[in-house]
Amino acid sequence: MAHDNSYTGQKFEVVGNRFLRPDGVDKVTGRARYGADANAPGQLVGLVLRSPHAHAIIKKIDTSRAEKMPGVKAVITSEDLPDLTGGDAGMAQTLENCMARGRAMYDGHAVAAVAAVDRQTAKKALQAIKVTYKKLPHVTDVDEAMKPNAPVLHPWLFTAGVDPKPEKPSNVISRTQMGHGDPEAGFAEADVIVEKSYKTEQTHQGYIEPHACLASVTPDGQAELWVTTQGPFTYRSVCATLLGLDIAKLKVTSSEIGGGFGGKTHVWVEPLALALSRKANRPVKLVMTRDEVFRATGPTASTSIDVKIGAKKNGTITGATLELRYQGGAFVGMPWAQLACMTGFACYDIKNQRSVGWDVVVNRPKVAAYRAPSAPMAAYAVESTLDMVAEEIGMDPVNLRLKNVAKEGAQAPYGPIYGPIGIEAALKAVKKHPHMKAKLKKGQGRGVACGFWFNIGGQTCVDLNIGTDGTVNLAVGTVDVGGARASMGMIAAEELGISYDDIKVVVADTASLGHNDTTEGSRGTFSSGMATIFAARDAINVLKERAAKMLDVPVEDIAWEKGEAKAVGKRYSNLPKLSLKEIARKSPNTGGPIAGHNEVVADGAGMGFAAHIVDVEVDEETGLSKILRYTVVQDAGKAIHPDYVEGQMQGAAVQGIGWALNEEYVYGKDGRLENPGFLDYRIPVASDLPFIDTKILEIPNPNHPYGIRGVGETSIVPPLGAIGNAIANATGVRMTHAPMSPVRVLDALDEAAGMDQKVSAG
Amino acid sequence: MRYESPATTKEAVALLAKEKGEAHVLAGGTDLLVRMKSGLTEPALVVDIKRIPDMTTIKTTQSGFKIGAAVSGAQLSDHKALCKAWPGVVEATNLIGSDQIQGRATMVGNLCNASPAADSVPAMIAAGAKAVIVGKGKRRTVPVEKVVTGPGTTSLKRGEVIEAITLPKPAKRTGDAYLRFTPRTEMDIAVVGVGISLSIERGVVKKAKVCLGAVAPTAIVVPGAARALVGSKLDDKALDKLAAACSRACNPIDDKRGTAAYRTRVAGVLARRAAKIAYQRAGGAA
Repeated sequence: MAHDNSYTGQKFEVVGNRFLRPDGVDKVTGRARYGADANAPGQLVGLVLRSPHAHAIIKKIDTSRAEKMPGVKAVITSEDLPDLTGGDAGMAQTLENCMARGRAMYDGHAVAAVAAVDRQTAKKALQAIKVTYKKLPHVTDVDEAMKPNAPVLHPWLFTAGVDPKPEKPSNVISRTQMGHGDPEAGFAEADVIVEKSYKTEQTHQGYIEPHACLASVTPDGQAELWVTTQGPFTYRSVCATLLGLDIAKLKVTSSEIGGGFGGKTHVWVEPLALALSRKANRPVKLVMTRDEVFRATGPTASTSIDVKIGAKKNGTITGATLELRYQGGAFVGMPWAQLACMTGFACYDIKNQRSVGWDVVVNRPKVAAYRAPSAPMAAYAVESTLDMVAEEIGMDPVNLRLKNVAKEGAQAPYGPIYGPIGIEAALKAVKKHPHMKAKLKKGQGRGVACGFWFNIGGQTCVDLNIGTDGTVNLAVGTVDVGGARASMGMIAAEELGISYDDIKVVVADTASLGHNDTTEGSRGTFSSGMATIFAARDAINVLKERAAKMLDVPVEDIAWEKGEAKAVGKRYSNLPKLSLKEIARKSPNTGGPIAGHNEVVADGAGMGFAAHIVDVEVDEETGLSKILRYTVVQDAGKAIHPDYVEGQMQGAAVQGIGWALNEEYVYGKDGRLENPGFLDYRIPVASDLPFIDTKILEIPNPNHPYGIRGVGETSIVPPLGAIGNAIANATGVRMTHAPMSPVRVLDALDEAAGMDQKVSAG
Repeated sequence: MRYESPATTKEAVALLAKEKGEAHVLAGGTDLLVRMKSGLTEPALVVDIKRIPDMTTIKTTQSGFKIGAAVSGAQLSDHKALCKAWPGVVEATNLIGSDQIQGRATMVGNLCNASPAADSVPAMIAAGAKAVIVGKGKRRTVPVEKVVTGPGTTSLKRGEVIEAITLPKPAKRTGDAYLRFTPRTEMDIAVVGVGISLSIERGVVKKAKVCLGAVAPTAIVVPGAARALVGSKLDDKALDKLAAACSRACNPIDDKRGTAAYRTRVAGVLARRAAKIAYQRAGGAA
């Protein structure tokens, strides 16, 4: 059945309130069950042996000693995972990333795995596996990997999107170009042109919960997987393909999730746990260590970016170009640079613009999505350069942005014409915000930057079941990464006209609901929210039918208002109103259980825009930058549960701050990751941060009944640029390499002071 | 693995002396347990010293303080007289880890872990702390700077344990301070650490001791840095000399936590700042 998803401007009773979170008690009392918290009778411990080399041929894996050890129940290598991907190149790359096939492609690449009766035995078994490697030359830097003399990772990789087709393989996967107008003509019109190059280092999502699962495969081809994931249905289809299982016979249950941010959208060890269980014929629990999470799951790309922006003295940007080089790790995955091309200039209405993206492979772990993937790096380059343009023409940087801001009717870098969007409103809110007027002391500076993220919709399916006491179960298939259970419960309560307390929302397993796309792209509240509205309306139709029966009137005469069925018309003035609870109580006698259902491909996700303000103090003797004050302004379309929305805005900003100041993968000359732990991979701690102030704007998405836009990702996009601009404002020095760590800032200050020696050079 | 929790130092020493395999003393465990859990060490014997009364108390003696080896950072910051006498030592110890870690972590553990970046060590050395080492039938007291011999190694012999750290009663108008540089505010490891103690008379520095951490294989005493301060009223010239002497004394490595050049530079910066704090604490005019 087709549903009208247009925004209606309806007034809300439940939506917009700040109820207690439904998962709160479990989480603060430790009762919540995460990926590592499931156990099964007879379970084994799974461990993975990983390559210590950045790039090496695996000449031989001798597992014989390990296999003979008492207590070892299964040892697997790639031979236990035959390629069943049937020509699906992406799936084949996923398989090879899960377990090396003849070649270790990065430090941490899995080469074998064991399942044993306990952890100690499993550890000893790993030590007993003898792998003979032949080291190969490696490359971990994106610019180095693009050079003609770089070691080539894949002999079959020929750059796509270049003309003529290359004759030799290289590490460049593809070239993408997009934009409109004529940038060269635009530059010719410009009064000033600023060109600058930037680098950003690789960062990890840094979720506190490591990947963990409990896998059980039986000899009759049935399987269960309990796992921490953002996408149980995607994990199911990927694992079923890789192991040759029937989709319906693999039940995946998503646990509570201790953070994902995109990193739990891809499979890493789950196919190995299933393969171990299949071979051992016992359940296998596999929990990654932090070291493994850093070395062998999917961080974001490190990048190298060139920006050129030309503007007239009045601030009008006449032309702009971006050249984006993104490394995606050792395998071909998502086109990360292409995503960057789409987002880089998205906040602005630039008539003449071109973005060129280069996706590159290097000897690092396969990159996965990280909250608005690819956008923060491009925004760092663009937002920093915009401030330089503002300085050149002597214009206030916020005014420069407002002068060129994208509005309804402007063309996005990737083609479409914008509908109603919130970036102009966000910048205006920034201008008016008291933060902008607060006085700064010596050594302190302020920066502003904007950010964009698409947000997506996609396949969703929900079930709503009304109990005989009138309380309601809602089963959703999008994992609760940021308040889905509260928001969906509120939406169902709003539609049904009942109390929020009468609803219990669960995240269903894959055997209980139709396919739901992964909770990614800030799609959860938008798409499951839409399906919940329609499922509730579906249930209301049933409720009306039952009420008609109870009142003995035609169903056409029944209206549903504020949680009650009412017969409309003068002749019914004696008839009582029937509450949902009354109808539910009678349901066994009026036709049985009352339920609503909806499946939908949610189209028309509303784009997310944000503008951030930050004050920074720079210690010019050590290069240390301290965040003094931080304000996030973001368009949420409609904030269903404002606490969660603010939480998303704050969390995204904090991840951006960590990236801007300290977080980075440090690779040694040997191509090994030197900081695979939270001690030396420095995510911010609470005392590093001020309170992150937030301001929610609500510019309704016309394609959602409630006006919802995704809110989870956008606010990780502005912090790098905002902080770079604040450091420049404080010191007069422009940082072009993120993270803007103390060493790099001191280097930049030294360089500005005319000193030759670099403290970063050792 | 065997776990023992003796009631006296003598018993602890006997247990350690007898063990043929790898043996470790467990104080707060904030280093040892992490190493054991990550598989870096698999001891045959662990001797927990937290049940030994002498090791869990802070005693105020005529000559100063005697701090048991199992005394936690939190206990130090609760001890008013100690905080007043040696604020730099207490602050340095309190920088280790988080609040939770402070409930367990000890100065002696920090010392015996023998990391070049240990926070409490430069502060102890600057303050003139000594380690009371007990072996089988023997007892010796050595300056703290004689304990660590290199990254991860100490001068303790098999069967020896540190029972306590002693700190002298500070001379009149003495102040100490410890500063470290870390990119994060906490939960981090010093890139550079500087401990300074000094005594003044009529505003003039009469005595000083400067110790650097994280810039060499062990914490290092820098006599040249102390000389730069002695005789001065902590004017800019003295501070410049101090910074130069500290930077000169550095012999750091390049690693993921900081380059040698960065450490060398920041050692001077922090030394100036720490000297000012110590001077103020000694009663000198800022």
